[in-house]
Amino acid sequence: MIKVGMADANVCRTPDAITTLGLGSCVGVALYDSTTRIAGLVHVMLPDSTTVRQNSNKAKFADTGIDLLIDMMVRAGARRTGLTAKIAGGAQMFAFSGNSDMLRVGERNVQAVKKKLTSLGIRILAEDTGLNFGRTVEFYPETGDFLIKAVGKPQKTI
Amino acid sequence: MQKENDSMDDFEFDVLTEIGNIGAGNATTALSQLINTKIDMNVPKVEMLTFAELAEIIGGAETLVAGILLNLEGDIEGTMLFILESSAARLFVQQLMGCVTGDEGEFSDLEKSALQEIGNIISGAYLSAISGMTNLTINVSVPSLAFDMAGAILSVPAIEFGKLGDKALLIQSVFNDMNVDISGYFILIPTLESYGRIMKSLGLR
Repeated sequence: MIKVGMADANVCRTPDAITTLGLGSCVGVALYDSTTRIAGLVHVMLPDSTTVRQNSNKAKFADTGIDLLIDMMVRAGARRTGLTAKIAGGAQMFAFSGNSDMLRVGERNVQAVKKKLTSLGIRILAEDTGLNFGRTVEFYPETGDFLIKAVGKPQKTI
Repeated sequence: MQKENDSMDDFEFDVLTEIGNIGAGNATTALSQLINTKIDMNVPKVEMLTFAELAEIIGGAETLVAGILLNLEGDIEGTMLFILESSAARLFVQQLMGCVTGDEGEFSDLEKSALQEIGNIISGAYLSAISGMTNLTINVSVPSLAFDMAGAILSVPAIEFGKLGDKALLIQSVFNDMNVDISGYFILIPTLESYGRIMKSLGLR
């Protein structure tokens, strides 16, 4: 199992699998080329690289992180035109009254990921996003399954 | 495991360590009184960590923890997060409520509100030490509690730090309660302006 950390990206090919642990307000974006069975996973923390001065780590942001992941996958032999996506995360971990930017960051991350994928013409096959709990995800390039685990909830595959 | 830090000089780092020390000391006293048990505290460790290291130090991204988040307003604005390992959270709740609950499973609503109160008192003591030291007012929101994977809880402060850089400041305090070592973690995230105000009020800028 290949591990992807916070603000990190990596590529994996069958029969290996790829995972990221404890997604909270961050979003895990799994891209997949079913022909070559090459998958990639990026763990993005923030929606937009252009609003943050410290933006050298491309994997940290939805916009640059997805571009980075596609480049990594194409270099590994995936076809850029054949990619599909599955996404998870973007929770609001703490409940507060009010609507500050900090608390809505999960939701904004999900929106930014969707906007970026749409602009690239990448179809989102499935998602498990929002709500108020953490998620560990595993992607299996053999089947295209995206496994989602959460504390006190049954495991599910999307 | 102290890391090279690129955004703060050594002196500022020492000041934050000292603030953490005093804050955590105050918090320990408050906790001791609350659960009516003598608690010792080791000198807190202050570290600048990368996001990956942050989760590792708390026992891995999937470790179950209780997180208590408070919003700060006033002269110091930002967020404060207090994290307890789940076993420690259970121990404190049992002592506060004077009853023994199971080791597994979810906290009841009553236990959750007890935990929230523990977080409130500990964080309040921590913050009042900082407030006293800097002469700056800090108003604290009602705390919000989450019980989940460490990685998921830490994503909240990590995202805030992520806007400023690739590292986060973590203050780890080890409480010693009846010969059981209990780790608590404070993560204080002042806004950039508030951070400047803290340093200025201490005569450092």
